[in-house]
Amino acid sequence: MSVILWILAALAAISLSGWVFRLAGQKITGNSPRFRDMPFAVAFGYALAAAAVLGGVWLWFQPGATFFRWAVQGFVIFAIAAWLFRLLGRAVGTAGTRKLFRQMPLTASFGILVILIYAVLSIFAGVIAPYGQAEVFDQVNALPGGNAATGGNPDHLLGTDQIGRDLLSRLIYGAQNTVGIAFVTTCIAFFLGGSLGFLAATLQGWLDQVLSRAVDVLMAIPSLIFALLLMTIASAWAGSEKWLLTVYMVLIIAVIDSTRVFRLARAVGLNIVVMDYIEAAKLRGEGLRYLIFKEILPNAYAPLLAEFGLRFCFVFLTIASLSFLGVGIQPPLADWGTMVRDLAQFINFAAFSPLTAALPLMAAGAIALLTVAVNFVVDWMLHRTSGLKD
Amino acid sequence: MTDLLLKIRGLKIEGRSDEIWNPIINGVDLDLRKGEVLGLIGESGAGKSTIGLAGMGFTRDGVRISGGSVEFDGIDLVNASAEVKRKLLGSRIAYVAQSAAASFNPAHKLIDQHTEAPVQHGVMSRAESAADAVELYRRLRLPNPEEIGFRYPHQVSGGQLQRAMTAMAMSCRPDLIIFDEPTTALDVTTQIEVLASIRDIVEQFDTAAIYITHDLAVVAQMADRIKVLLKGDEVEEAETREMLSHPKEDYTKSLWAVREFKRPQKPAVAAGATPVVSVRKVTAAYGKVKVLQNVSFDIHEGRTVAVVGESGSGKSTTARCITGLLPPLSGSIQFDGVEMPADYRKRSKDQLRQVQMIYQMADTALNPRKSIGEIIGRPVQFYMGLRGREKRRRVEQLLDEIELPADQYFDRLPSELSGGQKQRIGIARALAAEPRFIICDEVTSALDQLVAEGILKLLARLQDDLKLSYMFITHDLATVRSIADEVVVMKEGKVIEQGPKAEMFRPPHHAYTDLLLSSVPEMDPDWLSNLLKERGVDNIGDAAVDKMG
Repeated sequence: MSVILWILAALAAISLSGWVFRLAGQKITGNSPRFRDMPFAVAFGYALAAAAVLGGVWLWFQPGATFFRWAVQGFVIFAIAAWLFRLLGRAVGTAGTRKLFRQMPLTASFGILVILIYAVLSIFAGVIAPYGQAEVFDQVNALPGGNAATGGNPDHLLGTDQIGRDLLSRLIYGAQNTVGIAFVTTCIAFFLGGSLGFLAATLQGWLDQVLSRAVDVLMAIPSLIFALLLMTIASAWAGSEKWLLTVYMVLIIAVIDSTRVFRLARAVGLNIVVMDYIEAAKLRGEGLRYLIFKEILPNAYAPLLAEFGLRFCFVFLTIASLSFLGVGIQPPLADWGTMVRDLAQFINFAAFSPLTAALPLMAAGAIALLTVAVNFVVDWMLHRTSGLKD
Repeated sequence: MTDLLLKIRGLKIEGRSDEIWNPIINGVDLDLRKGEVLGLIGESGAGKSTIGLAGMGFTRDGVRISGGSVEFDGIDLVNASAEVKRKLLGSRIAYVAQSAAASFNPAHKLIDQHTEAPVQHGVMSRAESAADAVELYRRLRLPNPEEIGFRYPHQVSGGQLQRAMTAMAMSCRPDLIIFDEPTTALDVTTQIEVLASIRDIVEQFDTAAIYITHDLAVVAQMADRIKVLLKGDEVEEAETREMLSHPKEDYTKSLWAVREFKRPQKPAVAAGATPVVSVRKVTAAYGKVKVLQNVSFDIHEGRTVAVVGESGSGKSTTARCITGLLPPLSGSIQFDGVEMPADYRKRSKDQLRQVQMIYQMADTALNPRKSIGEIIGRPVQFYMGLRGREKRRRVEQLLDEIELPADQYFDRLPSELSGGQKQRIGIARALAAEPRFIICDEVTSALDQLVAEGILKLLARLQDDLKLSYMFITHDLATVRSIADEVVVMKEGKVIEQGPKAEMFRPPHHAYTDLLLSSVPEMDPDWLSNLLKERGVDNIGDAAVDKMG
């Protein structure tokens, strides 16, 4: 009960300060349009934001808020890095890319920077990682930081897991495995779903009906459970061949996700095939391949690219989920989903050693960071293409 | 002057593109007295709509008023607070948009949308406003005024919707209504109805109005005074009669002269000559609905046949039958005396090449992701088999033909072209196939008059040079007068009347042809009044069409 009263009191205080803020603004600026036409909701929003900032500052100085301080520090570091990256992009490159960076919001440059870092890490994982992903060391030391004075091991910057594998190396190799496989899977899903979707939109009739109903049936089954079911069957087929299971996983996720791509491609395609330029091309006597790849596809790039970004995140999360459940990428290959599962117990040590408890969050954070980054870039691209159309 | 309602002085408006503010309006003055109608005319991009909106103290997104003043009844609208504007808009100033279909909310009944503003502004209660709506519908001569309000926007025709919108604007008895091209999207017969009812109701309630349009003949009927705009500047302003009889500026004179373009009469076709295209007793249907019945006409070499009729009369369907997109149920299409397969998929490449099409909306007819060179180059490569440098030379030659400098336009995208230039690219694409017959589907109806005239002249020149035959689909009889050799009048899927142009424009006509001809607005300011007197108030537009059956 008292909690509700507290919340009500806080809301009232924020409303009041918002109102006072607007009134003061009107008085001080001599009734300028910004304050005069400001709706109360906006003033309330300003007050709420101010309250949140104050709360953050207070939390910063609390002794127990180690993770909060890390999060804020990380946020600031990334923001500065993104800003510097954008500055660099504005100064270097062709006239086209410089213009692109000039109009880019900070979120988008952050997203691009993160994606670039991930790409470099996954491509050059073998060179960058200090040890192999399956290399086991005798000395198990789950204390990251590498500070010998507090009991860490300088050889393993992030420490090791329970059986003594270097975590930093596994995190880097995880980028290669998880991100690489997700990328391949998304590409297959797009090739399948995209080409069939455009085909259905162009030809229509019975082919469209058959494909669309088949997709409806596939989409009616919850995707994660469906994938789990199929993976169980696949693991029986694969037997002891671990790599075969990974191939099956790629195909299964690609097919399940291609249904979503099919829907989008068909909907976008239907809007394009009614255009007069498609009619003109048909009357010219053009073949199906020319129609789809030369007339329809270039006009569908924007929505498809946006969907690619989103779909990539979902595929990536599905792989991580399957690995977490034990049917995805198989050990000893490093994978972020598996890492979260394996290190999960370390959370229990949070009260004694926050550093150790942070270990499973590293892999989880790597997943979260990439997802956020990709979405920022996708948002920006969507905004740009929709803006161009107007 | 105490009866001055709207006073605009030195209005400057800027629009933002690529981070820079570009001027749209460079200092325009405007005075509007109570109960007066001012016509604003100019081509697209002249800033007509922008000024109209500024008269409400409103600017579109990315546009700002950078200087000057807008005063409505003594209230400074540029610096007015949102609160003050909210009270004025809808109750004292109302707006009627070009597309009523896009401006009504499709999810609510007309009367619910009508009563919203009066209730919101506290002018009337909901019941009073609903009763008033019926009264307004009656005065605007809508059919079934008691019931029409309970329909949804998609259940009434375009002309009726435009009048319902006018009624909605009238709902609070505003002092000023801004009409932004309210009849541009309508057929001639429907347009008359809307014009007459708008004019009546504005007179009855002594409302001041700004009437924005690019059609001179329309503005001549509606306005007391006319202001001509060009690229954000005022060209001249005068009383309507004065302006029509003695335009001062060259630009105004050129606007007036557009309607003068006429081609010389061609000699009659030799008897027994084989027509290029012959439509023989074609009957066609979409599903079970018959849209064409027994349509027959011939198109001879080097001739233009104009197909006229209002929307839904089957003009474009005839074109679809000729191109083979809609195989007819019965009847045939002959090319050079040889019957063509009904379905375009069964026609040979050469048959497809001979029949080309130019579309109404150049925006949707050109692939926005392809450069001009690619768009024109494709048929050159596809039909003629030219590649590389030869292809490029041919495309440049074609661009030359349509009077666009090749080096500047070859690599541009359609979005970087104006409407008239896009339409020229559409023509070049059709020419690239080196056809003998081109279907022009309302090619000038989306263009300004000056630009449209340029396109018509280009088509006429190409016809003389290349011995092309045109089928010219249009609802604009002024265009027919200027370019056609023969005219086919269609109504409800049937050919009502056909013959050489000279005969068609000379009485006696078929009753429907007569109605179409007399519905085309003329520059004479008394034309609408005289027409209404002649036909009787209840016998105009759709009503007249219905009566004819």
